[in-house]
Amino acid sequence: MLWETVRLAVQAIFRNTLRSFLTVLGIVIGVAAVIAMVTVGQGSQQQVTADVESLGTNTLMVMPGQGGMQSGGFTADRAFTRADAEAMEEELSSVEIAAPYSMTSIAAVYGNENHFTQLAGADKSLMLAMEWKMSLGRPFTDVEEKAGRPVCVIGETIRQELFGNIDPVGETLRLKNLACEIVGVLDAKGVTSFGEDQDDLVAIPLKTFQRRIAGNDDVSLIYTTVRDGVSTERAMREIEVLLRERRRITSGEEDDFSIMDMKQFATILSGITAVLTGLLSSVAAVSLLVGGIGIMNIMLVSVTERTREIGIRLAVGAQAGQVLLQFLVEAIVLSLLGGALGIILGLALAALAANLMSIPFTPDASIVFLAFAFSAAVGVVFGYFPARRAARMDPIEALRHQ
Amino acid sequence: MTAAAPLIELSGITKIYGSGEAEVRALRGVDLTIRAGEFVAIMGASGSGKSTAMNVLGCLDTPTAGTYRFEGVDVGGLDRDQRALLRRNYLGFVFQGYNLLPRTSALENVELPLIYKGLQGGERRQLAQEALEKVGLSHRAHHDPSELSGGQQQRVAIARALAGKPDVILADEPTGNLDSKRSREIMELLTELNISEKITIVMVTHEEDMASYAGRLVTFLDGSISGDKITRKAG
Repeated sequence: MLWETVRLAVQAIFRNTLRSFLTVLGIVIGVAAVIAMVTVGQGSQQQVTADVESLGTNTLMVMPGQGGMQSGGFTADRAFTRADAEAMEEELSSVEIAAPYSMTSIAAVYGNENHFTQLAGADKSLMLAMEWKMSLGRPFTDVEEKAGRPVCVIGETIRQELFGNIDPVGETLRLKNLACEIVGVLDAKGVTSFGEDQDDLVAIPLKTFQRRIAGNDDVSLIYTTVRDGVSTERAMREIEVLLRERRRITSGEEDDFSIMDMKQFATILSGITAVLTGLLSSVAAVSLLVGGIGIMNIMLVSVTERTREIGIRLAVGAQAGQVLLQFLVEAIVLSLLGGALGIILGLALAALAANLMSIPFTPDASIVFLAFAFSAAVGVVFGYFPARRAARMDPIEALRHQ
Repeated sequence: MTAAAPLIELSGITKIYGSGEAEVRALRGVDLTIRAGEFVAIMGASGSGKSTAMNVLGCLDTPTAGTYRFEGVDVGGLDRDQRALLRRNYLGFVFQGYNLLPRTSALENVELPLIYKGLQGGERRQLAQEALEKVGLSHRAHHDPSELSGGQQQRVAIARALAGKPDVILADEPTGNLDSKRSREIMELLTELNISEKITIVMVTHEEDMASYAGRLVTFLDGSISGDKITRKAG
C-alpha cells in the first residue's frame, strides 16, 4: 500500500512537471545554497590551514606593540634593531633562525611602467626561514647585505607586470629615489586563501632598506624559526625574557612587543572561517524554510484543486488516513526530489567555486545526508497541514465541488 | 448477515440542516426497506429529499435521527472510517457527472476502488479489465476520460462501481447528462447488471422513461415518501 502511495505520488507530481518544479524551486535553492556554503567553507578552511602550515608551524612572528599583526609592521611602538635578532639567534638555544625585516608599500618603476607593491628589507636569513626559492638569478651576497648595496630580487607578479617577456635580471628598478639592480626573481608562491598575492613584492637587503628607504636603523619584524624538538611555548618564553631585558622593561610593566605563534594564527583563522561558514549556512538554511512554505502553499492549492478527486476517493472507500498519507507522501516525495536536485546543484556550484578560488573541493557525505533528511522533514512538516485538510473533507461537499 | 435481514432498512430517518430560522428539514421520518436484488428508482421534485436520502444510503451523510441498518448492521454506530470500509466493500457509486479522475486512464479509474481494497497490481488490473469488458469498453481501457464520450465515461464509472463486486450500486441521476439513446444504453446496462450479476440497484432519476426500467418506484415529496409501488417483479 505504501509503495502504491509513493507510485501515485510520483505520478501526480509528473502530471504537472513544470508546476512541480516551480514548487520545489525554493527547496532546490535552499539545499543548494547550504551545500555550496558548507562545502566551500570547509574547502577554504582546509586551504587556510594548509597555507599557514606552509609558513611552517614551528615559526614565530615577533613584532612591536601588543596589537597583533599590523600592516607593514610600522607602529607607534618601539621598533627592534638588528642586534635584537642577532642576540636571539646567538643566545637562545631554542631559536634556529631569527630573521629581522621591515616592510613598506612603494611604487616600483621600470621605464614607463610602474606598479604599486610591497617592499621588504630583508636578508638571506628571511629567505631561508620562509623557504623562498629563486626562479631566475641569485639571492643577495653577504657583501651586498653588509654594504647595503642597491640590489633587489623581485616576485613573479612584478616580473609579469613590469617586464613581460624581458629577462629582468640585470635591469634597473627604481624605488622612490633608489635605483637598484635586479639580481634575481623569486619562485611563484601563488595567492593565499585570504587573497594576498605572495608574489607581489620586491626585496632589498635590510641595510639598504634602513639607509635608503626608512632612514633609520629600525627593524619592524623578526621572523623566527624554532629549533626542531623544542616546543614553541619554550621558545616564546625565552624570547620574551631576552627581549624584555634588552628593551629594559622592568618587572610589573607589560611587554611592548608581541610574539605570535603561526600555529595559533592558523587556529584563529580557521576559527574565523568556521564561524563565517556557519553564519552563511544558517542564512542559507532560512531559504529552506521559505522553500518549505512554498511547498505548503502549492500543496494547499493542489488540495483545493483536487477536491473532487478527494471526494471520489472517499466515495470509493478511501479512509481519512489513506487520503492523508497520499498527500503527505506527495509532499515528501516532492521535497525529496527538490532536495536531490539541490544537492546536485549545490555540489556543482561548490566544485565551480573551488575551482575559481583554487581551494580544495571537499564534498562531505554527512552534510549531503543532512540536507536530504532536512528536505524530507520539510515535506512532512509543510505537507501535513494540507494533507490533513484533504483528509478531513466531507465527501458530499467534495463531490459537489466544481 | 442473516438471511432474514433486508439489505437496506431505513426507519424514521430525519435529516435537518442548519438551525433556528435557517433550519431545513430535508428528510422527515423516512421508512424504506430494500431487499437484495431489487432495482429501485427514486423520483421526486428537486428539494424533495431524494438526493439527501441517497447520501444517507451511501453512508456519505449521517442522519440527524432514525436508524439505518445495512444487512442488519446499524450504520449509525459506525465511525467515519468504518463507513468508508462499508462503502469500499459493499457499495458502488455512479454519479450524474461521472466523477472520473482526469488525466487518468479508464483502466486506472476502474482500479481505484481496488487499490483501497488492497489488491495488488496484476490481480487488480485483471478485475478492472473484466469490469470494463462487462460495460463493453475493454477496447478503450487506456484512454483518458477526456478522450471518451459522455456515454462511454458513464460506462467507465459503472465499471468502477462494479469492479469492487458491490452488493448495491447507488446511481444518482446516471443519465442526467446524456441524450436519450445513450441514456437507454446505460439503463440497459444497469438492468443487465441487476439481472446477471444480482446487484441491487438504487437509482435517483427525474425521467419517467428511465424510472420505467426499475422494478420498483419510490416517490419523494417534501422530505417524505409519498409513493412506493412495485412496477415489475424483480428478476
